[in-house]
Amino acid sequence: MTGAATSPFEGHVPVLRLGGVLLVTLQGDLYDSTAEQLQQDIGETAADSAVTGVVIDLSGVEIVDSFMGRVLSDVAAMTRLLAAQTVVAGMRPAVAITLVELGLTLPGLRTALNTEEALRLLGAEVAALPRAGRARGESP
Amino acid sequence: MTHSTGSVSACLPINSDLDLVRVRQHVRQMTAQLGFGLVEQTKLVTAASELARNALVHGGGGQMECTSVSSGGIQGLRLVFSDQGPGIVDLDQALSDGYTSGEGLGMGLGGARRLVHEFSIDSRRGIGTTVTVTSWNSRPPRPREAP
Repeated sequence: MTGAATSPFEGHVPVLRLGGVLLVTLQGDLYDSTAEQLQQDIGETAADSAVTGVVIDLSGVEIVDSFMGRVLSDVAAMTRLLAAQTVVAGMRPAVAITLVELGLTLPGLRTALNTEEALRLLGAEVAALPRAGRARGESP
Repeated sequence: MTHSTGSVSACLPINSDLDLVRVRQHVRQMTAQLGFGLVEQTKLVTAASELARNALVHGGGGQMECTSVSSGGIQGLRLVFSDQGPGIVDLDQALSDGYTSGEGLGMGLGGARRLVHEFSIDSRRGIGTTVTVTSWNSRPPRPREAP
């Protein structure tokens, strides 16, 4: 076996909490078990803390098959039941084309072109992210 | 070196979700080597993932044979997925969208067929299922199926 360019991810995907939003960044190829674990981790974190939104950044993901599509729509459905919105951000064009041809349009899944847009869509307190000299003149 | 049709370049086992990752990575590498465009690469890798998962989940495991082929100067990749599972009773039903016999969205077989240029399936009850798909790196005119 030759060494693969991107090593597959096994175990836990980090779930970061930024204010009331969970940020999950997926990279490379995921094991099925890792994707299912992620679903569980998001559910537990969303239930434990006052989370209003979940952003899943797919910009580093090269393929989404029907299994991964199911995980994404299950996460969206689950977080809705836990009073939070899920937004999938940064899907690559080739992945989107393939999903449509596969027959997976994932209705009910909110999308954004990138993480920043996703946060804006969620109305997240971007002020919670300290940025030099940004919000100084605007907020009283 | 000319690519001779029919030389099997690799035979990968499909017995765990680790193998699914290996199948995807192998098909990705092969399509990249053959000069497939990014969209065509993604389509074939996704189709391979669906078919490998079918062999794993419904066929109880199997294997994928990966062969580079050429026709009229056009290069392609042929993937043969085989399992020794129970076979598919109703092929038409299995190929239709939304049909699922287990977990999933029921898009695996029918969806995979739409992602490749050539698709054939041979399933015998009690013996197993073999799915053969081929994609070419320069698209031949392809009759578009009615949705």
